[in-house]
Amino acid sequence: MSTEMHAITVTVNGTHYSRQVEGRLLLSDFLRHDLLLAGTHVGCEHGVCGACTVIFDGAPVRSCLMFAAQTDGHRIETVEGLAADRDHLHPLQQAMRDCHGLQCGYCTPGILMTMKVFLEETPNPDEAQIREALSGNLCRCTGYQHIVEAVQLAAERMRK
Amino acid sequence: MNVTTRNFGAPIRRNEDPRLLSGQALFVDDVELPGMLYAAFLRSNVAHARIRSIDVTAARARDGVVAVYIAEDLGDYWAPGPLLVPPPPIEGITFNQRTQVPLAKDKVRHVGEPLAVVLAQSRYLAEDALADITVELDPLPAVVDLEKALTGDARVHDDVRGNIAARVRQSRGDYAAARSRAKHVIARRFHYDHGASSPIETRGVVANWDARANQLTIWDTTQAPVFLRNGLAGMLGLSERQVRVIAPFVGGGFGPKIMLFYPEEVVIPWAAMRHNRPIKWIEDRLEHFFATTQERGQTHDAEIALDADGRILGVKDVFLHDTGAYNPYGLTVPINSQCTLLGPYVIPSYDSTFTAIFTSKPIVTPYRGAGRQHGVFVIERLMDIAAHELKIDRVEIRRRNLIPPDAFPYNNEIIYQDFAPLSYDSGNYAPILDKALAMIGYDKFLADEQQRLRAQGRHVGVGVACYVEGTGIGPYEGAKVQVQANGKVSVATGIGTQGQGHFTSFAQIVADQLGVEVPDVDVVTGDTDQFYWGAGTFASRGAVVAGNAVNEAAKAVRQKILKLAAEHFECAEEDLEIANGAVSVVGVPGQAIKLGALAVKANPMRGAVKPGAEPGLESTQYFGPPGGATAAGVHAMIVEVDPQTFTLEVLKYVVVHDCGTVINPLILAGQIHGGVAQGVGNAFYEQLVFDDDGQLLNASLADYLLPTALEVPHVDIAHTVTVSPLNPLGIKGAGEAGAIPVGPLFAQAIEDALGLLDRNVELNEIPLSPGRLFELTAKLR
Amino acid sequence: MKPAPFQYVAAQTIEQALQLKAEHGDEARFLAGGQSLVPTMNFRLTQPAMLIDINPLNELAGVSNGAGERLRIGALTRYRNLERDPATAPHLPLIAEALPHIAHPQIRNRGTIGGNLAHADPASEMPAIVLTLGGRLRAQSAKGERWIDAANFFVGALTTALEPDEMLMEVELPKAPPRSGACFMEMSRRRGDFAIIGVACIVRLDDQGRCAEARIGLCNAGDGPVFATQASASLAGRTIGKDEIGEAAKLVQSAIDPGGSIHASKEFQRHVAGVLTTRALTKANERARGAA
Repeated sequence: MSTEMHAITVTVNGTHYSRQVEGRLLLSDFLRHDLLLAGTHVGCEHGVCGACTVIFDGAPVRSCLMFAAQTDGHRIETVEGLAADRDHLHPLQQAMRDCHGLQCGYCTPGILMTMKVFLEETPNPDEAQIREALSGNLCRCTGYQHIVEAVQLAAERMRK
Repeated sequence: MNVTTRNFGAPIRRNEDPRLLSGQALFVDDVELPGMLYAAFLRSNVAHARIRSIDVTAARARDGVVAVYIAEDLGDYWAPGPLLVPPPPIEGITFNQRTQVPLAKDKVRHVGEPLAVVLAQSRYLAEDALADITVELDPLPAVVDLEKALTGDARVHDDVRGNIAARVRQSRGDYAAARSRAKHVIARRFHYDHGASSPIETRGVVANWDARANQLTIWDTTQAPVFLRNGLAGMLGLSERQVRVIAPFVGGGFGPKIMLFYPEEVVIPWAAMRHNRPIKWIEDRLEHFFATTQERGQTHDAEIALDADGRILGVKDVFLHDTGAYNPYGLTVPINSQCTLLGPYVIPSYDSTFTAIFTSKPIVTPYRGAGRQHGVFVIERLMDIAAHELKIDRVEIRRRNLIPPDAFPYNNEIIYQDFAPLSYDSGNYAPILDKALAMIGYDKFLADEQQRLRAQGRHVGVGVACYVEGTGIGPYEGAKVQVQANGKVSVATGIGTQGQGHFTSFAQIVADQLGVEVPDVDVVTGDTDQFYWGAGTFASRGAVVAGNAVNEAAKAVRQKILKLAAEHFECAEEDLEIANGAVSVVGVPGQAIKLGALAVKANPMRGAVKPGAEPGLESTQYFGPPGGATAAGVHAMIVEVDPQTFTLEVLKYVVVHDCGTVINPLILAGQIHGGVAQGVGNAFYEQLVFDDDGQLLNASLADYLLPTALEVPHVDIAHTVTVSPLNPLGIKGAGEAGAIPVGPLFAQAIEDALGLLDRNVELNEIPLSPGRLFELTAKLR
Repeated sequence: MKPAPFQYVAAQTIEQALQLKAEHGDEARFLAGGQSLVPTMNFRLTQPAMLIDINPLNELAGVSNGAGERLRIGALTRYRNLERDPATAPHLPLIAEALPHIAHPQIRNRGTIGGNLAHADPASEMPAIVLTLGGRLRAQSAKGERWIDAANFFVGALTTALEPDEMLMEVELPKAPPRSGACFMEMSRRRGDFAIIGVACIVRLDDQGRCAEARIGLCNAGDGPVFATQASASLAGRTIGKDEIGEAAKLVQSAIDPGGSIHASKEFQRHVAGVLTTRALTKANERARGAA
């Protein structure tokens, strides 16, 4: 079996990375272990838990179901790129902190990336819409309630 | 100069969140070291078999593979793991210790048991090499059904007849006499099945042996780093000082990450020392269903004897407990079931016997609730059935049996998981019940709303369930608190953190004692180089035991601050005040010294010190409670059930909880929400489905159903506070409370929604599901 | 759970993709959304020797008008785009109603309708809807192209009529006609899970308010999507009321052969099929009357 390498240039959080990748390297592993952006977490590798969610060309996707080789010429955003800088968290991050929306923090990056795009598309969501948007991310610690409150708070702050 | 309570009890935001929120928190799989090798384990795909041969030649020859090991390669290092929790000192106990091994030898006893380990340049290559390994197994009949296990010929352990891992009988009073006096005796069989903890982060171990430094560093998702360090040092022939175990940020524990000396945990450090290179093993989700411990089922034949007014005269219970292929955790889970069945009720006579049974399935060790769910289900269901039979309201019958507030400490006599008699330290249960009833609108619902909705064709029901939770058991924990030269305070303790917010709650305790801000207190947990002693995070004890140790250490440092400052200002300690990071003389502006400066003073570079003086503003203290603190609560729920599809929607969910003094209400609420979510999963969605060959049929998150934001309801929480007399802070644990009574709550509420008891259908098993409700109501169609 | 090694090729043209598929047959798989394929690869249940990534072939995506009152949906059209396409709700109401039940937003951002149809999971919503609508599917190979009626496309569980060298290019579906109502309903354990049973139905009325045509299809009711022929025919020419709906529901129950699973016994699936057929037909009928 050939271990052919593929040249890719992918933009992650605004930075261009040129790399050689094996065809079967999962995007989640590429981000975490090749680019050392370990904020994206792996929970199941079969597309159910959502911990690995990143934004691909503007849409949240499961990075465990994509191959790094597919990303040539595309644009990815991960949790490391969410805050403007160390002192200025994204309103979602700030709201999650203010509302105790995370406990162990493992599912959190996937939720942040999912909800970032959700709030951009639905800036004034009700609780039912938030829970539906959240239903593709599993959390085992929080019971989701504080996360919902955080999203509501972030939406309110972002509308101002 | 009183200690402030500015922070204690306040909903302070967490210190650790900015790092977690920006992906800058280290989890085990984030550890990257030069020269690291990656491990994959070959696991048995049959539940029970003799191993005829394992041929790893082809695997060893594969490009990129550095080594492949089987049991024989481990030599003298291969040994069954230690018994982590010996059986409590109960008379007449039968206990057969059989513990897990690093790699299977001679026999495999459950699907997923490790047979070999491959070390390669990448996890991808290691998994490729697994396919190169040839294993010849002679399958044996699997032991799956608990009753058949006792009477059949198949033996999980060849020398353990009837697959009996243990038999324990505990009693108080005289049940036979109680039964003969009783006006009503109700007997039923109950099945309670709990599931897999399924934290979003699976397990993992990275071991790095540095031969030049003579040092072994291990990153592990463990809940018990200190015991892991001690055990591995012993096994590997190292001194404890040569081994550092770090439990960094851990993505959820819930119990199974406190199981110790898992095969992988034992093999990977050994391999690291052999190769003098870092070795990483990260459990994938598929492995998690077999390789990490879980809870499973019990079958109870229980009986309750009552007088004419519905007062309990006694309970008798005989149950079978599935302990899996090995029993390294002793009897913790079934003992918890046995003890927690007594609940908040006066049960004068109690006769409980359990048989723990080896099966050809993964090991059972505590998972949030740790067997309490099973016991609570039995007693709550018996109460519901009794209420129906005696025509007493189900809340009223509970109220009549609650332990009165003047009866504490309440001694239930039987032995609990901490080896001490089960004694409830304090409690006041009726107000909890009252508050829950008020919040759910119980009376109004039954008198009015339920009928109104029924007339609209909607089937809505209410449920109320009570429970107690033994928390905060020993043995002990310790903490070191130190004021640094920069005025910040560092805290270290031996337990680990898996999301409970210790970095903040412990900081709150210290901040109040030392007059600093919570963000200025840096807490380290889970690093054996930072704190040497401790037991671990389990059984809802972190805040109680480690929290109190932190408090004692902070108090001791406070005393040192006052003493030194009094010398410095030449005044009495009573004239001093500590606030805003400085010590000042009350009423004398300008007479103030920052804590950092005082710390420098306490550690002079030159000069003579008084004999007996300790340098710095630092103290290490330990706290060991005389017994567990008993928390209590009531959950209430209104649920709507579709009478045709049996799908349901929780319309309202209420928790009233009493865990004594509360350190951080926001963190506490999070614990309760999370517990309820796991309880909802346990009650209606999650079930490990094994077939007759011991194969798990739903080993993926697509088929093992964890509840999402659409299945977990909004939870309204209220508290009552009944302080614990067993520790200076008066706190009780709360980590498991949310998960404990949800099963019987669902059963009761669904019965109410569909009017099942009146139609002679009882829901005496958990989990339920639409399909199961369809089957259980068959006779009604 | 890392996939076994394979050769990855990013297709530059449709011709290249078809040529490679012709050369490698079943040893090569097309990578579209990957939301069904990649999990099986990570579990190593599927180990293709070659993955032909067709995502670069943008011409395979998009919704356009076909001949007559029909819509053509390119195989690479992602669910996300169907959700946002203004043509979906008015013209393909069954799809619009089913989309929120298909997995989760992140999956729908990548998953494609073609990938789902070619995967042919009996529990999937799209095959049942395409069958109920009586659509047709275009397959192409290096040798040429052909149209396959939905009724002939789904051969069995995870099996379609596609030859080893063929790629599914598009699906053509009739737009909702005037005086019609449609309803898709599904019961699953959690939102987004595979259906325990899903029902798709369309009711078209004549100008007297009687049923001109009814079409009822189900997912997870057999080893492929099921079209309930007898039940559908039973409504034609009649004024639809509770009795007629009840009769149709019973006919559906006796027509299907659900496989059962750990989540639902066959008996329960059959029971739910009756319940959902009743509810969905009632709703479709109401909507048809509303549209009349």
